[in-house]
This record gives sequence, C-alpha cells and structure tokens, in this order.
Amino acid sequence: MNLEISQLKLSLLSFTLEVDRRLDARITGIFGASGSGKTSLLEVIAGLRRPPGGRIVLDGTVLSDASQRVFLPAERRQIGYVPQDGALFPHLNVRQNLCYGHPRAGPEQRREITYKHVVEVLNLTALTERRVDSLSGGERQRVAFGRAVLASPRLLLLDEPLAGLDMELKERVIPYLFTIRDEFSIPMLYVGHDPGEIVTLCDDVLLLDRGRCVRRGSPGDLFAVSEAPRYALKPF
Amino acid sequence: MSFEVWQVAWFTTWVAATGTLLILPPGIALGWLLARKVWPGKTIVETLVALPLVMPPVATGLVLLKLLGRRGLLGRWLEALFGVDIVFTWRAVVIATAVMSFPLLVRTARLALESVNPRLEQVARTLGAGPWRVFWTITLPLAARGLMAGAVLAFARALGEFGATIMVAGFIPGRTATLSLSIYHLVQLSRDDEAWGLLVLSAALAFGALWLSEVLLRKKTP
Repeated sequence: MNLEISQLKLSLLSFTLEVDRRLDARITGIFGASGSGKTSLLEVIAGLRRPPGGRIVLDGTVLSDASQRVFLPAERRQIGYVPQDGALFPHLNVRQNLCYGHPRAGPEQRREITYKHVVEVLNLTALTERRVDSLSGGERQRVAFGRAVLASPRLLLLDEPLAGLDMELKERVIPYLFTIRDEFSIPMLYVGHDPGEIVTLCDDVLLLDRGRCVRRGSPGDLFAVSEAPRYALKPF
Repeated sequence: MSFEVWQVAWFTTWVAATGTLLILPPGIALGWLLARKVWPGKTIVETLVALPLVMPPVATGLVLLKLLGRRGLLGRWLEALFGVDIVFTWRAVVIATAVMSFPLLVRTARLALESVNPRLEQVARTLGAGPWRVFWTITLPLAARGLMAGAVLAFARALGEFGATIMVAGFIPGRTATLSLSIYHLVQLSRDDEAWGLLVLSAALAFGALWLSEVLLRKKTP
C-alpha cells in the first residue's frame, strides 16, 4: 500500500487539518486526543468529505486533487470504512449486512475474497441469520469488519473500532484484525486514542494534534511503557 | 345510509388517496433535499411549501383557480396541450387536496429522513453503493414508517379539505361533492339530520387515518 497525502487542507471548527505524508505500513496508527482531526482525516481519505486543498493518491490512483478538480466519489474508491459503532444496517440481518458491498457479478470462485472464507475466518458462521440488534458489542464489530472486507477494499479505515468494548472483549477482537491483515492482505489505517491498541496493532504511527501531524514513527519510538496507563507518549 | 352518501364517502376517500399518491414522490424528494442537502434558497422554499398550512385555504383556492382556470397560466397550457379541463371537475378536487396536504407530507418526510443516521448512508457508499442504491436500500427502508405516517396524515388532511376545494371545484353533486362540501351544502339547506350522518362518517374516516398514523409513528423503525 502506498498512500500519498500531499498538502491536504480542510477547515474544521477551530483549526485547519493539514497533512502532508506518505503512508506505506501494513497498519498505520493515527493517534491523537479527541477532536484532533483523526476522524476528519479518515473521512477525507474515504471520500466522504471533499477537501478544498491537496491531493490524495492511493497506489497510483488519484482519489482527489483539488487543483485538478478531481474527486473520486466514495463508492468508487474501494476504501472500506468501519466507524466506532460499526454502523451495521439495522433493517438487514447479519448475512445481508455482510453481502451489502460484496460484488455480485461473476462466479464465487473468481472473487478474491469469498463470503465463505470471511465468515469462517471471522467466526461468524453461527451469526449469519441473526438480527443485528441481538448481537453483542464484539460480534457487531466482527460483522462490521467482515462487511468491509467482503467489499474487497484496497485499504481499510478503522475509526476507533474497539472504543466501545471492555478490555477483555478488545483482547478477543484484536486478533481478528491481524487475521484480516494477514489472511486478506488488506492494509489499514487505525484511528485510536488508546496507546495500548496502537502499540499492539500498528507498525507506523502518526501523532495528530489540532489537525497537524506533529510526530511520526514506530510505536516504539513514540510510546514508552509505564505503569498506568501501560503506555504513554515519550517526551518530545 | 343512502347510495348518495356512500358515493360521496367513496369519492372523498378516492380523491384523498389519489392526491396523497400524487404528492408522495415530490414530497419525499423535497423532504430529502431539506433533510440532507444545503442549497441556496432552502429557507425560501421551506417557507413557500409551508404557506398552505397557514394561509386561509380559500386564498390558496383562489390562487389555484387563477392558475388552473381556462385563462390561467397552467390551465391554458393544459387545455391547449392535452385538451384537459381542470377547474370544477374531479381533477380540481384532487389538486386542491394535494396542494393542501403537501406541507404536512414534506414536514413529516423531512423528520423521518432526518432520523436516519447519516453514518449508515456513508458506510453504504464506502461499500460501493451509489447515491440511488443508498437511498433505496438504506434511507428509504429506515425512514419507511415515518414516511407512511406522513402519508396517512396527508391523507387525513385531504379527507377534510374544504376551503381550497370549494373555490376551485365548486359543489357539483356527483362530480365534485366531497364529504365536507356536502355537509356545508346540507346545512345551508337546513337538512341537518343528513349533515349529521355525513359528519359521523367523516369523523370515523379521519379517526381511522389518524389512529393509523399514530400507530405507525409509535412503532420504532428497526
């Protein structure tokens, strides 16, 4: 994966989001306090917000280029997006949710990522006919991951997907993210404000503060192990 | 009850249903535009649409009469193009009830569409669904109950329409006579007993429609 974000500018309520980075890790963490522009950055990459300035290129495909007035709509970007609550469609059951973005044309074996494989890998077999309001928090997130993966994305954006889960549940869900990364080779941008999650999951981390990328490095460069919280930002 | 009474009740119900069906697509479309989009002139359109709610119905009727009459802006055009007469026909009754119900439908449609979490629509788009597919498969099913309640409310409003209808369609027994027009006519002729019969009938119809609307609104959309 090669995501180039050049001179991106987007005015938010109290500051301007400004990012100029090239990202190529398997899982890149975007870390920062609440309201630092993390979600807005994901929305811009997903095509849910049109930035007035800057250029975003994913593996050679121009997603947006303000100077050329290019803006690829979200539905044509092949970028998966999993928000904090999973945003499962409440009127569809688990199977219908999973299949929503699954390409329908062509025989099953021609598709790179199959329904059967995803359901097996994410341990969803017993859930497929369930209503989404009957699922637990961890199950909801697994279905949301599965639904995003089945759309065969080139990049998966995860916006604090574990925020609503308790510690025990988080530890049970995290291995599924590694599975998605390894089994389906899908790179991810992982937004979070829990250093523990970032250190566990990410190979590369951007630290956002009021819309600016103030530091970048490996989790080891940015975080030091401490007592409570278990990880803390290293001093600048 | 006499055949005439049932005929009037049937005509009123039919006219109200037709008027509601007629305004359903534009009402939902406008409700969606008001709920989801920011555009210049939005407040003006919103106010214009709400006007029939607060203006005297007779005044709205007068505007319609001037527009749809043979010499009117629209009426002239409709007659030349399709040879269709509007005023003082059943078509005028349908249009009058539709226009008077439109603001109610747009308001409830807007509320119903606003209640759909935009995050769900955004996620659907990242799953490859274009705007139309998102609307038909996510927005519409999730807003369906509210939209149906709005349609029933518009239908109930149409059932009782009087002021605009009398202006643009007049009272022509067997052609434009609705329940409310007939009640007024009967009272004018001092045939109060018959008017009471129609009143009971129209109250029953309105009660049924409002009850259905309440039931739909109370049940939560999944």
